[in-house]
Amino acid sequence: MSGPNTEYDPVAVTPLQADQVEAMRDQALAAIAAAEDLKALAQARSEHVGDRSPLALANREIGALPPQARKEVGQRVGQARGAVAQALAARTEVLEAEHEERTLLAETVDVTLPTRRHPAGSRHPITTLSDRIADIFVAMGWEIAEGPQVEAEWLNFDALNLGPDHPARTMQDTFWLEPADSALVLRTHTSPVQARTMLTREPPIYVACPGRVYRTDEVDATHSPVFHQVEGLVIDEGITMAHLKGTLDHLTTALFGEGITTRFRPSYFPFTEPSAEMDMVCFVCRGVDPEQCRTCRGEGWIELGGCGVVNPRVLVACGVDPDRYTGFAFGFGIDRILMFRHTVEDLRDVFEGDVRFTSAFGVEI
Amino acid sequence: MKAPVSWIREYAALPDDLGIDELTHRLTMLGLKLEALEAPGDAITGPLVLGRVISRQPEPQKNGKTINWCSVDVGDANGTGDPQGIVCGAHNFDVGDLVVVALPGAVLPGGFAIGARKTYGHLSAGMICSAAELGLGQDHSGIIVLPDEAGVPGVDARAVLGLDDPVIEFEINPDRAYALSLRGIAREAALGFSVPFHDPAERELPSPDDSGYPVQVEDPVGCPVFVARTVTGLDPAAQTPEWMVRRLTQVGMRPISLAVDVTNYVMMELGQPIHGYDRDRLSGAIGVRRAREGEQLTTLDGVRRDLDPGDLLITDDSGPIGLAGVMGGEDTEISPSTTAVVIEAACFEATSIFRTQRRHRLPSEASKRFERGVDPALAGAAADRVAALLAELGGATIEPGCTQVGTPPPAASITIDADLPARISGIDIDLDTTVGHLEAIGCRVSLEGDRLTAVAPTWRPDLTDPFDLVEEVVRIVGYDRVPAVLPTAPAGRGLTRTQRLRRRVGHVLAGNGLTEVISYPFCSESDFESLGIEPADVRRQTLRLENPLSAEEPLLATTLLPGLLRALARNTGRANADVGLFEVSPVFIPTGSEAAPLLPTDRRPTEQEWQQLQKAVPHQPLHLAAAISGDREAAGWWGAGRPATWADAVEVVRSVATSLGVELTVTRATLAPWHPGRCAEFRIGELVVGHAGELHPRVVRSWGIPARTAVVEVDLDLLMRHAVDPVGPRFSAYPVAKEDVALEVAEDVPAAQVEQALRDGAGELLESIRLFDVYRGDQVAAGHKSLAFALRFRAADRTLTESESAAARDAAVRIAGERFGAAQR
Repeated sequence: MSGPNTEYDPVAVTPLQADQVEAMRDQALAAIAAAEDLKALAQARSEHVGDRSPLALANREIGALPPQARKEVGQRVGQARGAVAQALAARTEVLEAEHEERTLLAETVDVTLPTRRHPAGSRHPITTLSDRIADIFVAMGWEIAEGPQVEAEWLNFDALNLGPDHPARTMQDTFWLEPADSALVLRTHTSPVQARTMLTREPPIYVACPGRVYRTDEVDATHSPVFHQVEGLVIDEGITMAHLKGTLDHLTTALFGEGITTRFRPSYFPFTEPSAEMDMVCFVCRGVDPEQCRTCRGEGWIELGGCGVVNPRVLVACGVDPDRYTGFAFGFGIDRILMFRHTVEDLRDVFEGDVRFTSAFGVEI
Repeated sequence: MKAPVSWIREYAALPDDLGIDELTHRLTMLGLKLEALEAPGDAITGPLVLGRVISRQPEPQKNGKTINWCSVDVGDANGTGDPQGIVCGAHNFDVGDLVVVALPGAVLPGGFAIGARKTYGHLSAGMICSAAELGLGQDHSGIIVLPDEAGVPGVDARAVLGLDDPVIEFEINPDRAYALSLRGIAREAALGFSVPFHDPAERELPSPDDSGYPVQVEDPVGCPVFVARTVTGLDPAAQTPEWMVRRLTQVGMRPISLAVDVTNYVMMELGQPIHGYDRDRLSGAIGVRRAREGEQLTTLDGVRRDLDPGDLLITDDSGPIGLAGVMGGEDTEISPSTTAVVIEAACFEATSIFRTQRRHRLPSEASKRFERGVDPALAGAAADRVAALLAELGGATIEPGCTQVGTPPPAASITIDADLPARISGIDIDLDTTVGHLEAIGCRVSLEGDRLTAVAPTWRPDLTDPFDLVEEVVRIVGYDRVPAVLPTAPAGRGLTRTQRLRRRVGHVLAGNGLTEVISYPFCSESDFESLGIEPADVRRQTLRLENPLSAEEPLLATTLLPGLLRALARNTGRANADVGLFEVSPVFIPTGSEAAPLLPTDRRPTEQEWQQLQKAVPHQPLHLAAAISGDREAAGWWGAGRPATWADAVEVVRSVATSLGVELTVTRATLAPWHPGRCAEFRIGELVVGHAGELHPRVVRSWGIPARTAVVEVDLDLLMRHAVDPVGPRFSAYPVAKEDVALEVAEDVPAAQVEQALRDGAGELLESIRLFDVYRGDQVAAGHKSLAFALRFRAADRTLTESESAAARDAAVRIAGERFGAAQR
């Protein structure tokens, strides 16, 4: 503080006297503190901070002071106004927070109310399982091949070493198309896609062929005239049964988890020689105490499908040089995998189109 | 094929302590797959004994049945020694017959407990059993009648019936015809456990001569070997011995008479089908030839059959007397009074038998073996075995003559690289192992440098190709020894574009709240009729199945709607009322010239042959169909629901097209099965892609689905072919200028065309246009409607002035006015 100013005009400076300024400040602070809500605070603001408030008026007087007095008075008024502005801001914050809290409380809803207005769509589990299987092959660098469902008899049978009089032809109950000599069938397996692939591409060939196939089976819990298969075909130099085993082990591991591998049992298919049935370790009991297992019914193994080394006769019919290339092929039912992988008990559910069935599988499997 | 373990052990010197599980597992791993294991004795507890029928009183019942009230001697087995009173419903027995009796306290397979109970007015204390009731096969047609020497009343029947002898049922693959016999199965068992094998076909045989029954084979290709032996003086009363009855029963055959039983037994034992003729009913020499046009034959099953020139026949002077290798004729059949039997053991060509069997739908035990391949060197031994058994068991005399026409063809000789089994299997297999295993299956093996030649045994006509030898070696080495090696594919390119687009479409549809279904592609003419699709409609040109599962649905679908509507009806029928379904499947479009060539298989088809084949395969475009009914938005605490309408169907197509980057034009069309005023047609340029809208009410009624159901069907292949990859958009950060216009047009002017006119007029400053209201009412003239559009203008390089956007708006309105007389309101 500086010393007394001898040039004071007592009339003009009265409001600027220290006690006056302090009184104005204290009134303002009291009004701000007393404001109970934002409305009252706005009122206090206009009375004590607004243009016509005592402190604002006092501030205006400063200009009238002689220059040597301005500094001290200016400081005094400025400090007072600062204190009021600060108090106002603090009070505003408090009251706004309180206000918001009340508002939010008032906006409370019952979050347990149902929220779905639009139906959730879903893709068919056969589609998503096929996709998933395809992805496993694609990850190995294979490609996915497809072909027509009404197929030339030659591609469905003859080219695969299933001649017209092959006893195995009666094992596959075939839908034939009219007229009798059309030599067209609803394909009984996706193998004609393999034949098509060999006929249209040069080896090396690494393809998987998922798709819909047909047999004249009456509908029941485990049979359907329409079902789905995926077959794999590899044609390359130096291919052996070991490559087949490695591929199948990888596939079952990718689909069912670590340790779920396959085993071969000798079998017969015209298109492969040697031929094998493939079983995989039961992914539920893992072969440990299978007696209680409902998935493999006490076997410890689950039958998966057939496989083998591509019969050189098939290579010849499909234009692949059997002296240079060997290959393997395998096939299994997608519907069957869906059934045991996801405990679907009745195959009819797969084809009836009941939305309750399909919805359970969502958009990915 | 069923094989009792005791019978296998007769030829294979298996260790005594070999367990049944070990045996079946080893045989399974050799390729004879365990189908079922029958140990019927395990499922039977309590007293099961032999009994002799003392009296049998037939008693007709009110229900039309006749029951027999029997008194049966069961020895002391019932504790009293008195005869047992039993009611029996079967009739194939007489007083004095030896039968099998389950006494009270016995429990038969299936938990069937036997007690003394009152029935048909008697107290029936037990049951006289059939084979099926004891778990011995399917024969329910009568009770078991045993030969006299099987035992005495009161003896435990289990051992007599072989119930203590497990029977293994194998699934025999078509290439292992030799395993359709105990000889073959035992050979595999001996191989599997490296124990000696005694071949039941190895016997001293008389030399063939000219003094046997005369046989003339006109078709040596169809019948390379025919052996005939004759026995006379057969005692017609001679019974089949108990051991043979038991074995036949175990392998699932029903004992009939000694002569028939012996032929069946030898077939099961050796795998050679045998036919016996009553010599006294034969006239003249036996012939083998193809059938002539118009010939007929009544086969053993009593059916008169028209013969095909492809059928191989057995004949005598009277004409055809049998379908060779398939079924004998009625006229020369062995009967209960036959005393002289001509035994036929022949080898018939597999394909011929297969065709005849299929043509006449006559699968038999004989044809099953012939069509897979019977050991051509077996006929002599088999005929001799039958003759010997008839002599031994039936008191017959074997005539000295032995007819044999033809000689077995030479066995196949196959040469391979000696390391082929190792190379194909990926297992380290040395030469000694390869040679040893080939010899073990009966091959004669010789080596020359790196090459190996194997001459197949006569019983393995399936061995013809190099890889057949590989399989033989590898299955004996063990498939479980194949290592796992992941092959390295060349770097792939992932899914094809079409495959990716198909997934995208599936996700878009599911994202739109639709549920995918897979339905059968079979449909009927009446499906088309109930869709209102006229006979002249191109969709009525369908492919037809020769052998549909249901005669009502012989057609292959040209539209996915029948299957989809069936699924919809199933859902609504199960009270799933608010349903949106979709299906992505091919439909089947005839080419009009369905005749695919059957090409040779000993070479690749020529380019021309391949093209011809491709052309014959019908067009099968992938379709997308959807069906929506009920509420699309549910009612709830938020307010009312929103029922599905035609617009939801149209939006399905639009959203799919948008996801593919395809621009569609939409026009109104009239097409079944849609509502004539509510069907949208979609085009890419001039190409019609498909339709969507509300179903015709008549269609809704005839399918029993909810009113206002809306459906979609589009050619998805076509859509995907026009898919465009997304291009990164450029957009302006300058302020937008919004202009709303309301245009009054005649009611029949499509909104899409008005919108297009506005677009055309607005020029390149137009950023977007959106129809936000359609108004009809007092404010517009009758027969008119007001379409309100929100237009947004924006420039790439500047802020538009008000006059610029107003000028663009006016230009847009002007074009709409020129085209449709649209007046701005």
